[in-house]
Amino acid sequence: MDGVNRLGYLERTVMNVLWERGEPLTARDVGRALAGDRDLAHTTVMTVLDRLAKKGLLARQRDGRAWRYRPAASRETYVAELMLNALDQTRDRDAALARFARSVTGEEARVLRSALDEIERGRGRGG
Amino acid sequence: MITAALLAALSLVCVAAATALAPARWPRRGPSSGIVLWQAIGLAWGLAMVGAALAVAVAPYGRGLAFGLVALVRGDVPVALGPLRIVALAGGTALFGLLVSALLASLVQVGLARRRHRTLLALLADGHPGLPGTLVVDHPAAAAYCVPGVRARVVVSAGALRLLARDELQAVLAHERAHARERHDLVLLPFTSLRWIFPRSRIVRNAIDAVSLLVEMRADDRALSEQPRRLLATALLRFGASEPRATPSGTLGIAFPAVSQDPVVVRALRLIGPSPALPRHIQVITWGTAGALAALPLALALLPL
Repeated sequence: MDGVNRLGYLERTVMNVLWERGEPLTARDVGRALAGDRDLAHTTVMTVLDRLAKKGLLARQRDGRAWRYRPAASRETYVAELMLNALDQTRDRDAALARFARSVTGEEARVLRSALDEIERGRGRGG
Repeated sequence: MITAALLAALSLVCVAAATALAPARWPRRGPSSGIVLWQAIGLAWGLAMVGAALAVAVAPYGRGLAFGLVALVRGDVPVALGPLRIVALAGGTALFGLLVSALLASLVQVGLARRRHRTLLALLADGHPGLPGTLVVDHPAAAAYCVPGVRARVVVSAGALRLLARDELQAVLAHERAHARERHDLVLLPFTSLRWIFPRSRIVRNAIDAVSLLVEMRADDRALSEQPRRLLATALLRFGASEPRATPSGTLGIAFPAVSQDPVVVRALRLIGPSPALPRHIQVITWGTAGALAALPLALALLPL
């Protein structure tokens, strides 16, 4: 794994730990939680937490001499954000993503379904 | 002043061309020709507008726009610039600045949105053993898209995997890879950037709709080189109708509402009952017109009138 991929993988792992625990953790807590499957230097954990905080994905607060980190939002919230972007049901189209198709409703959706039935029936007859 | 008049006329021709081209159906038979024509119209319009204003400003030199601008930048002012020239100079420069800033602002906005999206994908999306190079987001709604960029990412949702048969999914992925490979996002960006300047313009909105439809059709056509037409059509129909919603009961007709301009319906119709591709000579004429249109403002600027 190259440096960038490794950092990305670590960020993901650390986020998963914080989401699962559901309570603010210090860098040492996170390191301990990860100790089972990988031995990470304390500074590496600090770096990853710092990067995630800079990206706005973690919130942190002072606890004595250490920082405690917690996810800025739940996993479900981020999935919802991804999907809202992906589905783009607003009329205000932007060029950020290239989507395959937008779903339609009402009369047009009904017409699409019957066209689909038509094609599939035709295919069935043709073998 | 002849240059100014010609450039002003050219900008009007571009507006008229955009108005005529937006509802036209023939570009759908050759999407790439249509896209190139749109790009030429947009470019010629911008250059002609800016050029017309600047040509008014440098008319006293009497040697054309390019010559006048060079002389002006050198500080070579022959006669006092009257208030009309000053206003024209300021207007032309401001319009140029506005067009460039809108483009840059769009680039930045889109870049930030994509970076955020990629960050979230890195945390939440998984690879798929059967789909190399594709990310999967675990969500029941059907979505398939690409995040364009130097390293584009193609993403599908779990809902899309459930909705589509395996071959249909391959057709959808081929469509998305075409978007990524041909950088269709960059084709669209200059047009969407005009919304910053003309948020309420009907012509701009129609142009954006027309170009985005052509870009989708272009990606559809590219996908057809990898997968059969029927698979892409059924994938599109399934996607379009994927919203789970109670449909009003009534008689079931097969005919599409002839008036529907919804992109999904238009694309599906095109895949189900394709019209013949644009004849070669029409394509050549379209590309030639586009080239001439794009070159015309520059030619007029060099004209010593």
